[in-house]
Amino acid sequence: MLSILIVPIRPVDHAELTSLIAPLTSAFEQSVSIEESHYVDPAFAFDSYRNQFNSTSIIAALLESYPTHQGKIIGITTVDLFVPVLTYVFGEAQLDGKVAVLSSFRLREELFGLDPNPELEHIRLLKEAVHELGHTFGLIHCHRPECVMHSSTSAEEIDVKGKNFCEECDQTIREATSTMS
Amino acid sequence: MTEKKSAPQSIMIVDDELIVRESLTKWFRQDGYRVESAEDANHALKLMNEGPWDLALLDIKMPGMSGLDLQKRLKEIDKNTSVIMITAYASVESAVQALKEGAFDYVTKPIDPEHLSHLVTNALKQRKLVEENVQLREQISDIAKANEIVGESQQVQKVIELAKTVSKTDTTVMLRGESGTGKELIARVIHANSSRRYFPIIAVNCGAMVESLLESDLFGHEKGSFTGAQFRRKGKFELSDGGTIFLDEIGAISQKMQVQLLRVLETKQFTRVGGNEVISSDFRVICATNRDLEAAIKEGSFREDLYYRLNVFTIVIPPLRERRPDIPLLAEYFCNKYAAAMHKAVTEISPNAMDIMVQYDWPGNVRELENVMERAMVLATPPAIQHTDLPFQLASKAHGLLADSIAAIERAHIEMILHRCGWNISRSADILDIDRVTLYNKISKYGLKRP
Repeated sequence: MLSILIVPIRPVDHAELTSLIAPLTSAFEQSVSIEESHYVDPAFAFDSYRNQFNSTSIIAALLESYPTHQGKIIGITTVDLFVPVLTYVFGEAQLDGKVAVLSSFRLREELFGLDPNPELEHIRLLKEAVHELGHTFGLIHCHRPECVMHSSTSAEEIDVKGKNFCEECDQTIREATSTMS
Repeated sequence: MTEKKSAPQSIMIVDDELIVRESLTKWFRQDGYRVESAEDANHALKLMNEGPWDLALLDIKMPGMSGLDLQKRLKEIDKNTSVIMITAYASVESAVQALKEGAFDYVTKPIDPEHLSHLVTNALKQRKLVEENVQLREQISDIAKANEIVGESQQVQKVIELAKTVSKTDTTVMLRGESGTGKELIARVIHANSSRRYFPIIAVNCGAMVESLLESDLFGHEKGSFTGAQFRRKGKFELSDGGTIFLDEIGAISQKMQVQLLRVLETKQFTRVGGNEVISSDFRVICATNRDLEAAIKEGSFREDLYYRLNVFTIVIPPLRERRPDIPLLAEYFCNKYAAAMHKAVTEISPNAMDIMVQYDWPGNVRELENVMERAMVLATPPAIQHTDLPFQLASKAHGLLADSIAAIERAHIEMILHRCGWNISRSADILDIDRVTLYNKISKYGLKRP
């Protein structure tokens, strides 16, 4: 049975992860569960010079940890992620692959000197979770500004786009899930 | 970001670090671009065979050929590829060097994703605009070229072929032909097909101006150089810098102007009227005349040295009566043109009217035909132009003058030949096989008047 597995990467808020289950289930029409037995410690991916965590290393580790999992895996954390050539990333995914990783670090309002806004931050996290998982289903960035697959490199850009796939991207997801199951 | 439907834009990444190549490749693929990467300049140059690349991201510091040198090579291969330099060291010097050599911008590692995303979007947008601009220019010159000459006859095709051949060079061209044969059009075709086409073509009618006006028109003048010269004004030679100057009715210029013109053509330098500053201008000369310059040289009214300077490549445009098959084509072309301009649903020319036009001698050539069609369009009732819409003299001349006496026939014949030669006495006398004095006598005897 295909499913989406959410893997907590420390430190992370369990309640936050739980609240993602229902919306992700409806977005991908697959069962979504949280890895309860094993929380990943990302210390191995830490770059002391940059004071950030290498998302590419985390993806490699997750891939190794779940060799038999049938479906997609998304690691979620609150630490700041990077890929070597970029200053930061919200998340990273294997295009048409198995694993994605996502952080809420850059989605926080405090980062811009504003008061915390848990509700807004939760919506951002959800959009980015759908977005990164969308990549694992083979979707590339969509030119429609309302589509969740629209590229966003800033929190404002996440706020502008919608929570859902546009018709065309949705179609691609349906085709991908039907051939897999 | 990128349009899903159109062919993906392409990005080439050149960096000696594997992790940089991998992460940027992945990042851009998720954006829907076609991406390839190379670890050094050699591999990058090989990748050029798989191009064209819309954008190249080049690491400045690499073993072997540096990013700066690679940029030069890439631009030699495809000058349209946009280049963004990547550097681990924020070296202002090398970045400035890259920009001077045509890089779109530069980024320092690690790159801010938001910045990179906008930079790439802008670089690709700019490249698209440049490309579009080139295409539009081509289309415009195609349109300009296509509409200008109508005619399928061998003579016209030969003229077009000669014009296209000479357009690729900077050779001075002399266009010979009767009034109204379309000398200026041919000049424009030559210009439109030349490498000078994005610069102006400036037409000067040398026959239409008195000497002093023509002088200031061609060379420009300084403020106060003559009464009424309130401002400094650039001359036509100066305005045609980079382009083409078309000197129409070159046979009509005075002796003094001929000397000045010769000097300008030889040196491409001149001074404005009333000025001392020597001005250089890079222009190509196309001139036109309907006069018999060779006879003018014999008479002493046209300088031989100027003649040889101008008469490098001559294109003779045949009069309309020597290419009658083109008459229907031209008539239909002008019929459509004026029907559209006057919003009249006149779509055809009656066979009777066409017959008259084909038989007519058209001393005024294409210009006369155009005027006749314009006039006919005013009179015509849809859907067709009838022979009654044509000017009276056209109908009568086309059917031949039935005269009774020898004298009347001689008068009509001389008049026709004069017409055909644009009242060029020497040429008419040649054709009539009489000397010029006799011709003058006959003209005054029959009371013929220059039109």
